[in-house]
Amino acid sequence: MLYREAGQFKATYAEDSQIFPIRQDKIGIALILAVAFVGAPLLSVAGMLSDYTFTAILTPFLIFSLAALGLNILTGYAGQLSLGTAAFMAVGAFASYNFMLRIDGMPILMAFILGGLCAAAVGIVFGLPSLRIRGFYLAAATLATQFFIVWCLTKVGWFTNYSSSGVITAQKIEILGYTFDTAFSKYLFVLSVVTVMALLAKNMVRTNIGRSWMAIRDMDMAAEVIGFRPMQTKLMAFAVSSFYCGVAGALFAYAYLGTVEPEGFNLDLSFRILFMIIIGGVGSILGSFLGAAFIVLLPIGLNMFMHFLEGSVGINLPSGISSSFELMVFGALIIFFLIVEPHGLARLWQIGKEKLRLWPFPH
Amino acid sequence: MQFFLEVLIGGLLSGVMYALVALGYVLIYKASGVFNFAQGAMVFFAALTTAGLVDSGLSLWLALPLTMVAMVMLGLLTEKIVLRPLVAQHEITLFMATIGLTFFVEGLAQAIWGANVRSLELGIEDVPLEWLLENANMAISQFDLIASGIAAVLVTLLAIFFSKTKIGRALRAVADDHQAALSIGIPLQHIWGIVWAVAGFVALVAGLLWGARNGVQFALTFVALKALPVLILGGFTSVPGAIVGGLIIGASEKLAEVYIGPHVGGGIEGWFPYVLALLFLLVRPEGLFGERIIRRI
Amino acid sequence: MSEGRQIGEVILDLKNISLRFGGVKALTDISFDVREHEIRAIIGPNGAGKSSMLNVINGVYRPQEGDIIFRGKHHRDMDTYEAAKAGIARTFQNIALFKGMTVLDNIMTGRNLKMKSNFLLDAIYWGPAQREEIEHRKKVEEIIDFLEIQHIRKTPVGRLPYGLQKRVELGRALAAEPSILLLDEPMAGMNVEEKQDMCRFILDVNDQLGTTIVLIEHDMGVVMDISDRVVVLDYGKKIADGTPDEVRANQDVIDAYLGVAH
Repeated sequence: MLYREAGQFKATYAEDSQIFPIRQDKIGIALILAVAFVGAPLLSVAGMLSDYTFTAILTPFLIFSLAALGLNILTGYAGQLSLGTAAFMAVGAFASYNFMLRIDGMPILMAFILGGLCAAAVGIVFGLPSLRIRGFYLAAATLATQFFIVWCLTKVGWFTNYSSSGVITAQKIEILGYTFDTAFSKYLFVLSVVTVMALLAKNMVRTNIGRSWMAIRDMDMAAEVIGFRPMQTKLMAFAVSSFYCGVAGALFAYAYLGTVEPEGFNLDLSFRILFMIIIGGVGSILGSFLGAAFIVLLPIGLNMFMHFLEGSVGINLPSGISSSFELMVFGALIIFFLIVEPHGLARLWQIGKEKLRLWPFPH
Repeated sequence: MQFFLEVLIGGLLSGVMYALVALGYVLIYKASGVFNFAQGAMVFFAALTTAGLVDSGLSLWLALPLTMVAMVMLGLLTEKIVLRPLVAQHEITLFMATIGLTFFVEGLAQAIWGANVRSLELGIEDVPLEWLLENANMAISQFDLIASGIAAVLVTLLAIFFSKTKIGRALRAVADDHQAALSIGIPLQHIWGIVWAVAGFVALVAGLLWGARNGVQFALTFVALKALPVLILGGFTSVPGAIVGGLIIGASEKLAEVYIGPHVGGGIEGWFPYVLALLFLLVRPEGLFGERIIRRI
Repeated sequence: MSEGRQIGEVILDLKNISLRFGGVKALTDISFDVREHEIRAIIGPNGAGKSSMLNVINGVYRPQEGDIIFRGKHHRDMDTYEAAKAGIARTFQNIALFKGMTVLDNIMTGRNLKMKSNFLLDAIYWGPAQREEIEHRKKVEEIIDFLEIQHIRKTPVGRLPYGLQKRVELGRALAAEPSILLLDEPMAGMNVEEKQDMCRFILDVNDQLGTTIVLIEHDMGVVMDISDRVVVLDYGKKIADGTPDEVRANQDVIDAYLGVAH
């Protein structure tokens, strides 16, 4: 009843192809953006939201959403399974670092864009195999990307500015004289970048480029017959996806961790992001955000649950067991989602909306 | 020349051991068409369980059968809980489910036995074989020789099992066409149970050998991951292919590390097999022994 | 048969096409032509090579021997992209729709070659990309109206019944505004009503849009009713070529497989 679309007519094609055609959705997204951009900072200034909320939850959630978006474009929309996401993030991070380091007066946003472009270039090169290989052979080939790039960044000292430990310290984020160095200013910065890029991604997937990806994913022989060019389409998917992952990697270094090393962008991180899109929903922009939220909140929730167990029931659990439990829960959830709802949380959300249309009536 | 032979043989030997790990993947894929990414985690689990049981005071000869039981149970549970519900899905979905399974098994192993590195003593020492050292001036590890001997025997036994025994034939029938196999009365569930048990056994042997060589730690899963390039080279459905692939990967990895490594800073072993497999795939997308995939429109 | 159309000059000429897969000869020395605005049927028993023939025409297979002349240009080594660009569209025997997309999106993909936007403009959307999307949406909606599938335009294609999927596939082919439309068994698996609808659509396309149609069909009644000329294949060879009446009376054809009209 709340969610009825009755009475909302679309009189032009422009209206029909809006991102949020239903008025309730429009109100919903406006509220979310208001809370995100205005509400959260207000609460933080009023002392009600600690820095921890930003540094441990909101900022990483946004950054991982962006990386998940990137992977979703490649794997979800274009159907090219990739296990090398973290490697592209690494390229973005280290490229941005080097641009800031070696070019005086480089604006930070430009450095991020250039870092993303470097990641895109690497993505195109390592995406070439997708023209011949498919399915999990391609996934195995992307492992080559993952291992090789991390090795490269470790061994070639120039990338890390010959740091002996291999760790680089990201420079400060400064725009027009203002330095983003508090937890919530970094959060606002990341929020802005991610919002803009999510909008661009949504636009891409609902126009011709998005359709070309989905066509290649669903039936590439038929796509060819219609006039889509597999090579250009696949490489474009790799390029755009790697750009997104590259920017996410740069944000990871500059606005979240502060210091990074190549090893920090390892296979485990690639798997994590893959899990985000499996749980959140492959082929869905919303799904990338839902999956990222889930994976970011899960360890925190698990920790709280373990403490609760220890406190209330008095079980004394050995240290380090929470990380093992985390692995088990991740694994079990992946299997659960694939069996129960292979299209992830995004589909559950859609089903929820369908039910909302009828609520409180049963059918 | 001698040094080259030393490196080559050392590589070939570790290649046989890679082939052993790869075999586990081949078995499952042949029987159920599923690429079980979690085979590596199973190797880790088997090694860790054995080491853990031994560390708790059991003798090796008691720990082994107990671990075997655990592996078989793990295999059967996987088949029932993970694979059966997903049997009609796209193979990529199944693949991703086995990635989830990997995480689960790794977590389970560490939850039960802790994350510390354990050593596994099998009674064979990792020292150069005296005889070879003296007569040919080559240092080749005794352990490596015996381990690859064991692996070779096991692989041969499995090859014979598949081609000569009734159960082996049934397994091949199931791999070819589930429906057809059912229609001639082959009990599918039993067959899958047997396959998972054998795969578990293979994982156990592989885990023991690799665990004794390198210590039982999480890095073992990366060794198992190296089975992927082996499978790419040798094809996912071929036992001889796994052997040939293993030998190629083992030898090339060592040779690359020794001869190219020093010029580029070392550590090539981490990515060389994958890049080799990638280059190979570009030329032959279905592997050396794999079946040509023909797509009809 | 539709009256009042002018059947034009030869638009597609196939000369001595031979196609082999390893040792299997799919097509042997096949020659026939297609005239503009006509409806040309290719018939023959199963395995005669009909689908292979269509695949040769639109570049999926390259013949080992022979030549393809389309609008005066030689296209022997044409690939699918060139065929699409040249104005040849087709449907498939086993529906080749994009199951993950809606009906509307599927038909929009057919407009691909007519779209000029690049991905950057697409990403920004508001401005040139949106105008182009709307312009093509209008054309696609015309096709949706024509095929009477308005009620399912936002439905994911995978959820549609077989008959509707075939109609959507026809829509996708039409979206490209092709000169030649290749239809591979467009009525397979349909009941009588669906077949009548599909017949009507095909005739309308030919009549109103002037599209030349080459179609493979097993239903003899349909073939005899709507085609202008028929080519009969058997075991990869051409055994007859002419009007439906001529072919119906041809003894070789009757021997090959014509028995009962459906």
